[in-house]
Amino acid sequence: MSDSSDQIQPEEGAVMEIGNSPDQGVAAEYPQNRTRFSVGIDLGTTHCVLSYADLDNIDDEEFSPEVMAIPQLTSPGSVEEKYQLPSFLYLAHEAELAEDSTSLPWAAKSDYLVGEIARNLGSKTPIRLVSSAKSWLCHTGVDCKAPILPAEAPDEVKRVSPFQATTAYLQHLRDAWQNLNPNAPLNQQDIVITVPASFDPAARELTVEAARAVGLGQAILLEEPQAALYSWIEKSHGDWRKHVEVGDIILVIDIGGGTTDLSLIAVTQQEGNLELTRVAVGDHILLGGDNMDLALAYTVKAKLEKDGKRLEPWQIQALTHSCRDAKEKIFTNFELDNIPLVVASRGSSLIGGTLRTELTREEVNKVLVEGFLPQVAVSDRPISRPRTGLRSAGLPYAQDAAITRHLAAFLSKQQSAADELKDINLPKHATFLHPTAVLFNGGVLKAGALAERLMDVLNSWLTAEQAPEARLLTGADLDLAVARGAAYYGYVRKGKGVRIKGGTAASYYVGIESAMPAVPGMAPEIQALCIAPFGMEEGTQQELPDDEFGLVIGEPVRFRFFASNTRREDKVGTRLDYWTNEELDELDEIEIILPEEGRRPGEVVPVHLCAAVTEVGTLELQAVSEKDSSRWKIEFDVRGSDG
Amino acid sequence: MNTYAIDLSLKPTTFDLWHVYLASAVALLALILIVLLLSMVISQFRCKKKATIQQSAAMPEPTVKIVEKIVEVEKLVHAPAPEPVVLKEATPDAALQLLGLLQKEARFIDFIKEDIASFSDADIGIAARVVHEGCNKAINEHFTLATVRNEQEGSKVTLPEGFDAATVRLTGNIIGAAPFTGTLVHKGWQVTGIRLPKLTLGHNATIVAPAEVEL
Repeated sequence: MSDSSDQIQPEEGAVMEIGNSPDQGVAAEYPQNRTRFSVGIDLGTTHCVLSYADLDNIDDEEFSPEVMAIPQLTSPGSVEEKYQLPSFLYLAHEAELAEDSTSLPWAAKSDYLVGEIARNLGSKTPIRLVSSAKSWLCHTGVDCKAPILPAEAPDEVKRVSPFQATTAYLQHLRDAWQNLNPNAPLNQQDIVITVPASFDPAARELTVEAARAVGLGQAILLEEPQAALYSWIEKSHGDWRKHVEVGDIILVIDIGGGTTDLSLIAVTQQEGNLELTRVAVGDHILLGGDNMDLALAYTVKAKLEKDGKRLEPWQIQALTHSCRDAKEKIFTNFELDNIPLVVASRGSSLIGGTLRTELTREEVNKVLVEGFLPQVAVSDRPISRPRTGLRSAGLPYAQDAAITRHLAAFLSKQQSAADELKDINLPKHATFLHPTAVLFNGGVLKAGALAERLMDVLNSWLTAEQAPEARLLTGADLDLAVARGAAYYGYVRKGKGVRIKGGTAASYYVGIESAMPAVPGMAPEIQALCIAPFGMEEGTQQELPDDEFGLVIGEPVRFRFFASNTRREDKVGTRLDYWTNEELDELDEIEIILPEEGRRPGEVVPVHLCAAVTEVGTLELQAVSEKDSSRWKIEFDVRGSDG
Repeated sequence: MNTYAIDLSLKPTTFDLWHVYLASAVALLALILIVLLLSMVISQFRCKKKATIQQSAAMPEPTVKIVEKIVEVEKLVHAPAPEPVVLKEATPDAALQLLGLLQKEARFIDFIKEDIASFSDADIGIAARVVHEGCNKAINEHFTLATVRNEQEGSKVTLPEGFDAATVRLTGNIIGAAPFTGTLVHKGWQVTGIRLPKLTLGHNATIVAPAEVEL
């Protein structure tokens, strides 16, 4: 990697040139302590990608970010460069790996094994594999700094927290960058880290904290669907204005490996210039490409079991892998109608012990297209069964696999999302917000059949309400767009190019017990007090001087905490007496502890609340003393610590 | 006292002893003369040869070293290219690494080491899928392959003078001079990119597949 001239692309089909160590040769001319690069980090559920662009060499509308090839261990003893760093962490047993077989170019021995090696070793030893740490960050009800992963690990395995795992991925990326660009330390570059639009304030805060833990305190956050749109804008080299028009509603559908993220972005006009405003984001849906591969594997398993063949867990795992490859082949090659699947035996005898079956186009269509993207009406809603009480502590995976039903629910729920924008005119009879353009993101949608079906379903809803069909915005690189878009955002923040306006994706409320006589056997009525309105811009703050609380020094006080991604009209200080379950989602409680600091324990201090959206993109809640204006931070991440 | 009268018309009538002496003396002298003359001629002939060699040798008398150099040149001509031919030695690491990759992705060694005689073609076919798929993945991931010639196999190609004999091999009726025209039998393969994993110090490359023990 030291010589940039003979570098070879690590993966075929990748669109971009490998990052020539961007700083060689010219590095000496640049003074230290100067920002040269805009770095975008896509911290994905299943993969991390780092993209960067040299800010010094950018002409207007000619922005070409590069994707860094990340050196990583792929198996014990071998290091390869790949564009993607799988977001997996493996907790190896001390006797498991030979000495010196886990060294990286920058470290003789690292604390955790991350990347390809973790995924490979973990496929055979799942009890030591940490995966989907990102989804845990956004999981209400667990303490993200408590060592809880892997959830299935026996007691002997020293577990890590979702926060530690996220930190480990960032650390690997930082070390890899430092190794390739010793003259441009990452902590001196502009860094944008992407998070799902549906991430709650606590998960955003944890992400920023993880960045801070590896010395990247300057990192700011960007929502993934926005990053995808930025990447599309950047790739169009200024032509994007020809592809969208005032009054457009762009629906961004991001189906990744583990999650589905939806956002709506409106195109409006301000003094003759096109403006983009993110008007709505969807719920956090734990449903993605991995579910599809698993669904196929189980279909094949059922077929084999009908023939009297029993499959062992490792065979199902291998089958899932071959299903993924077969799916891609069937979707890209229209002449193939069936793909043979083989699962090799584990022993050295290959012939005779190998299991063979087939996956047909019909099955793939039935399971994936009909199973995940059924033709439904826009009035359909995701089916949710009441959770059983005995559910083991795991991630709250989506119960309904039908992405189209989730989409229908989202568009109907957000029907009034663009009401305040005068450029957007929805017909009176509309029962959902009509998108006029669609941007896809995520590897799943590379499959033509799936993308087509998704457009068909959406257009059938639109046609039913006499609305024009939505058009597909093409040209984005579905795998790497988020990281590229993030790097572009760093450039946009310098005042270049168009910026998507958005602010907070929800309004936030604290639960206040209403003043009424206690009724035995009934929990006191609760009111929701709005502390941060929808769309609050970065760098602004809102105070609630009228709502005063008495806080006891030294005693923790907890509030119930709610968010709504539909109530746009609520102002700071609005009190809600009644709301439906769809309107407000309860998040983890927030906690205030007033330190003693020169006060008597037990003293009551009158405070009011203050909410601010930081430049970084996180929500910050503070308690402000009425007496001397001193401020205390209100912590989000207290989830689950009371059991 | 004897008196000798000189009479030149007188002819000897008796062949006496003196005559014999006289005759043998004449013959002896003639022989000596002939030998002398012969030896003179021979010696003169030799002298001429010597003189020419001495002339050429004597002229550049002060630079004797040049003479030595000339001798050296003559030596080189006598023994063409005596320096040892250096054959490149392939390092075992990369070869072992490739074996390891093929085994990991394609179960290559398992397949090769198995006795396939007792299995049916169908069984071998199933296993061959594993090997083919895996090899394809391993090779594509670590090498970029391109064809040497882009023409269709079976089509006529013309090789100009000075074509690279390492990339195109001539076979069959090789006569005449370039440009050569012939049929493209095999389009050839060349590796245009190679991305082998880097190895850590503790890596034992001879273990192309570790034994696996499930606990």
